[in-house]
Amino acid sequence: MQKFKEQEYNKRFDLNLWKKLFTYLKPYNKYLLILAIVMIGVAGIDAVFPLMNKHAVDNFVVPGNLAGLTRFAVYYGILICIQVINIWLFIAIAGKIEMGISYDIRKVAFKRLQELSFSYYDKTAIGWIMARLTSDVRKLGETIAWGLVDMVWGFTMMSLIMIIMLTLNWKLALITLSVIPLLLLFSLYFQKKILDAYRQVRKINSKITGAFNEGIMGAKTTKTLVREAENLNEFQVITSKMRSSSIKAAIFSALYLPIVLSLGSIGTALTLWYGGSWIHQEFITYGLLVAFLSYTVQFFEPIREMARVFAELQSAQASAERILSLIDTEPEIKDSQEIIEKYGDTFNPKRENWPKIKGKITFQNVSFSYEADEKIISNLNLNIKPGESIALVGETGSGKSTIVNLACRFYEPTKGKILIDDVDYRERSQLWLQDNIGYVLQDPHLFNGTIKENIKYGNPNADESAIIRAARMVNAHRFIIEFPDGYNTEVGEGGSKLSTGEKQLISFARAILADPKIFVLDEATSSVDTEMEQVIQLAINKMLKGRTNFIIAHRLSTIRAADRILVLRNGKIIESGNHQQLLEKQGYYYRLYTNQFKT
Amino acid sequence: MQGNILLYSGAVVAICLATFFSIISPLVLKFTIDSIIGSHPMEIPVWIENIIKYLGGRESLLANLWLVGLVLVGLTLLRGVFLFLKGKWSADAAESTAQNIREKLYDHLQHLPYDYHVKSKTGDLIQRCSSDVDMIRKFLAIQFVEIGRSVFMLIFTAYIMFTLSVKMTLIAMAIIPLIFIFAVVFFLKIKQVFKLSDEAEAEMSTVLQENLTGVRVVRAFARQKFEIEKFEKKNSNYRDITYKLIRLLAAYWAISDLFCMAQIGAVLIVGSYFAANNLLTLGTLVVFITYEGMLLWPVRQMGRILADMGKAFVSLERIQEILDETPEKTSTDKIKAKITGDIIFKNVSFSYDNENPVLNDISFTVQAGQTVAILGATGSGKSSLVHLLAGLYDYRKGSITIGGHEVKEIDKKWLRRNVGLILQEPFLFAKTIKENISLAKKEADEAEVFESARTAAIHDVILEFDNGYQTFVGEKGVSLSGGQKQRIAIARTLINDCPILIFDDSLSAVDTETDATIRQQLKTIKSETTTFIISHRINTLAEADFILVMENGKIVQKGKHQQLIEEPGMYKRVWEAQSMLYAEMNDKRGINNAKI
Repeated sequence: MQKFKEQEYNKRFDLNLWKKLFTYLKPYNKYLLILAIVMIGVAGIDAVFPLMNKHAVDNFVVPGNLAGLTRFAVYYGILICIQVINIWLFIAIAGKIEMGISYDIRKVAFKRLQELSFSYYDKTAIGWIMARLTSDVRKLGETIAWGLVDMVWGFTMMSLIMIIMLTLNWKLALITLSVIPLLLLFSLYFQKKILDAYRQVRKINSKITGAFNEGIMGAKTTKTLVREAENLNEFQVITSKMRSSSIKAAIFSALYLPIVLSLGSIGTALTLWYGGSWIHQEFITYGLLVAFLSYTVQFFEPIREMARVFAELQSAQASAERILSLIDTEPEIKDSQEIIEKYGDTFNPKRENWPKIKGKITFQNVSFSYEADEKIISNLNLNIKPGESIALVGETGSGKSTIVNLACRFYEPTKGKILIDDVDYRERSQLWLQDNIGYVLQDPHLFNGTIKENIKYGNPNADESAIIRAARMVNAHRFIIEFPDGYNTEVGEGGSKLSTGEKQLISFARAILADPKIFVLDEATSSVDTEMEQVIQLAINKMLKGRTNFIIAHRLSTIRAADRILVLRNGKIIESGNHQQLLEKQGYYYRLYTNQFKT
Repeated sequence: MQGNILLYSGAVVAICLATFFSIISPLVLKFTIDSIIGSHPMEIPVWIENIIKYLGGRESLLANLWLVGLVLVGLTLLRGVFLFLKGKWSADAAESTAQNIREKLYDHLQHLPYDYHVKSKTGDLIQRCSSDVDMIRKFLAIQFVEIGRSVFMLIFTAYIMFTLSVKMTLIAMAIIPLIFIFAVVFFLKIKQVFKLSDEAEAEMSTVLQENLTGVRVVRAFARQKFEIEKFEKKNSNYRDITYKLIRLLAAYWAISDLFCMAQIGAVLIVGSYFAANNLLTLGTLVVFITYEGMLLWPVRQMGRILADMGKAFVSLERIQEILDETPEKTSTDKIKAKITGDIIFKNVSFSYDNENPVLNDISFTVQAGQTVAILGATGSGKSSLVHLLAGLYDYRKGSITIGGHEVKEIDKKWLRRNVGLILQEPFLFAKTIKENISLAKKEADEAEVFESARTAAIHDVILEFDNGYQTFVGEKGVSLSGGQKQRIAIARTLINDCPILIFDDSLSAVDTETDATIRQQLKTIKSETTTFIISHRINTLAEADFILVMENGKIVQKGKHQQLIEEPGMYKRVWEAQSMLYAEMNDKRGINNAKI
């Protein structure tokens, strides 16, 4: 069961969350400090420019005096140069922080993903995890780095302008600033609204992508079912929704600017009204009025930026919440501290301490359930000798895969224990066991890369000849060398350039190269045709000799070779024995296979 | 599209008007500073002078400066109204265009030939349909109109500046072309770096995706450490390339800001010099400083917009590539007669590429109600044969008739509605199970859905799910086993009463017992249906009226089960392999062949 839930984000500011997040900022403290200082510098110079205008007007233009203009020009030039350096610095530093933090979080999250148990993957959709590691991380990095830039700049800028205006003429300053609170309120309100509206748009947009995905992947099915018209109708419903919500979002942002501009113009008008009459009464200078008029315009930008950052912080918090929840998820199957010390962990195994595995597997009163209220397996006892071949037979959902997953320690029993070579496998490291398991799935999964790389996945230390030997063993060599690039043929994403049969053979070679003590075949041969299957069967038989193995298959030719066949129903072994014994028993197994051959 | 052009024109006019009002405001300020607060002679059109006279002349205005303030607010409001209209109209136009493109793409893709979908790369197509469409949408919504505004702004401010002072205008415009050229050249130059960054991100995502989908393989081979190193490489590569890009952008913004600030500084300093020498009024200087600020931003943006326009064109091309693919011919003048299950293949040959024949001189006849089984190795042409029957490919030589009508002459959709083809790897849609079964027959009632599900031996399984028929399928819902998917696919095909049914190895993942049940039920319920069954299982094939054995695009054997097991050949070989058990059972000596 896969559950996919779009979590609603918490609206309140979550202090603990941000505290946790700050630990990720630690390596960048130095950069953050420099960034803040640079931004104060940027804002300071931005705020000083209108003062330069005032100075020019009052000292040169109005009195008609040119003395000192050259020096003024030099100062102006120096200010520009400092500002240019500041700008370069803040973008480069913010970029460094953004990319660094995103990189770090992705790294930690990916490592955690390698440790999490299968139960996590059963419950979590891959798309969900992908979104956490891509868009959420990006969002977080962006907001932390550039949010700081905008906040420091906006805050400094607003404070400085206010201070300058108040020192220049506090009365006129108060008049000009009277619209600011209103401006702030409107900005906060609208930025929030705009953000929400666009979030809605993005949600629908991902639905459109999903619909395209389905339309393209299912195109062949659509054709055979002649469903083109209905599909288009359903698609049009989503695109129309997309259109209307996009326009709604656009209207919000289209409203915001005019309103803020108009509010701002009231400030300008008030300044002009009072300032103008005060000049006439010679309370203030021309230069002062000019400076005030430019400040009213300059005030608007930081307000907008700060309102936007505040609104974005909220969705960044939601991103942080999701990504941290992933990182904080504890794997259900964990090695204890002593075990890690003795045998090493997944990433630093101490292979020299690993006992050699023989392949004896014992299930002792094993019960297992995925969720508390259901029982998949209860009280199972099973003794498997080293090198024994076990075939599992039963309907879908009868517990075949579960038994295998338990034996491989992809899941652990909820009750009872499983012994490998007479030792509870919880007393050894996970990697120790899994390193000794070969696993071939019904739907073989190949990685993007060459055929050689894919086979080598089973054993990174294998040399060329070992790879070819493995490929020959499963008769993959023949078709591989028919490709122009032979073993260096790219398999494409997920092996898309190969047929299912070819993919399967390669996954066989990969498993064989790993030279495992325990082998699992999960319906591995169901889509290779019969003649091919026989060839593989021979290879497998050779291969399995001396190795404990589990086979889950529907086809008799695969099963009959097993030493012991377990017939499962509802998580219980209802029949057990070799092929001949089971036939003589004339039970469920007998029915299953006589049925296949009645003509 | 006509309506969108109108909306765009409206948006461009609106933005020009908004710009017009934003340019006017500083003029009002200038006039107020110079001629109302100051005593500079008024240089304004006569009609405004008349209004001022009517209001009581300069003195009265000076006493009531709020009036000027009101004019300023009014101008801004007007500007606001047009800004809003521009935003609304351009969004409307862009969204409608995007919607149009999306729907066109979707429908076009649906109507492309089967072969196209066999060969196409899903990921690439989806990217074209999502990111490329979005690229165009963004360009249309935000930047397209912006070009109109920038051009208008440049011309109009230049004009006003010229009327105020020619010399000052030359100074105010001195560096602007440089800023523009720098922006264009820069963004064209770093296009490559943008692309590299995108590619690095895509590579990283691929590694992540493969790791997640292949989690079992990773664990089973205990390659977590290797995976972490692989991801680390892509992760740091993405970080480094993007950081490089950001540093380039930092250099760009720093340098272009240098130009801009130098331009503003030049206006201030030279302007002050002129004003001090009475060559310029204070108000004019203020206007120039304000205009300079207004001008620089769009000019700097223009470089970026032009560079983005390149990207939008690339996207458009990529979309056009899909739209240029020729769709299936579905002319309406074709036959839509009642289709019966009599089928005749006569000397049919077929190849995908005109070179390597896939089917070679195939001839056979099927009577309505018969069951035909096909056995053959991978690549023997068995799937191609049934695909021809469903009109998924067009045969080049020979003739195929269904109920006397040449398949080529039958309307394709009509044909497919009558030929129920069940694919080996069925695709289920992200809908409920019930919706999935009634895909091809929307109006089907519950009883019909249940009936088909029962025939496909999936009804009881469905009822065991928590939500029964309302259970969602796909990534967001329950994950079904291969056999369950195949059975749902069978059910959804059975819901329409097709005179011809084709199982293209579509029982491969179903266990043998269920396989037999399904065939048994079909036999009783759909006894008049002509059925084709492709399978590797002898017992699935054995009951057919006749069996075709295919090798390299040819029918090498044909006959009933009893007949074929007598003849030497593939059928006999496969049968022997599969029926060793049967032999054992008859032969009670029970040789243990467990280890061959």
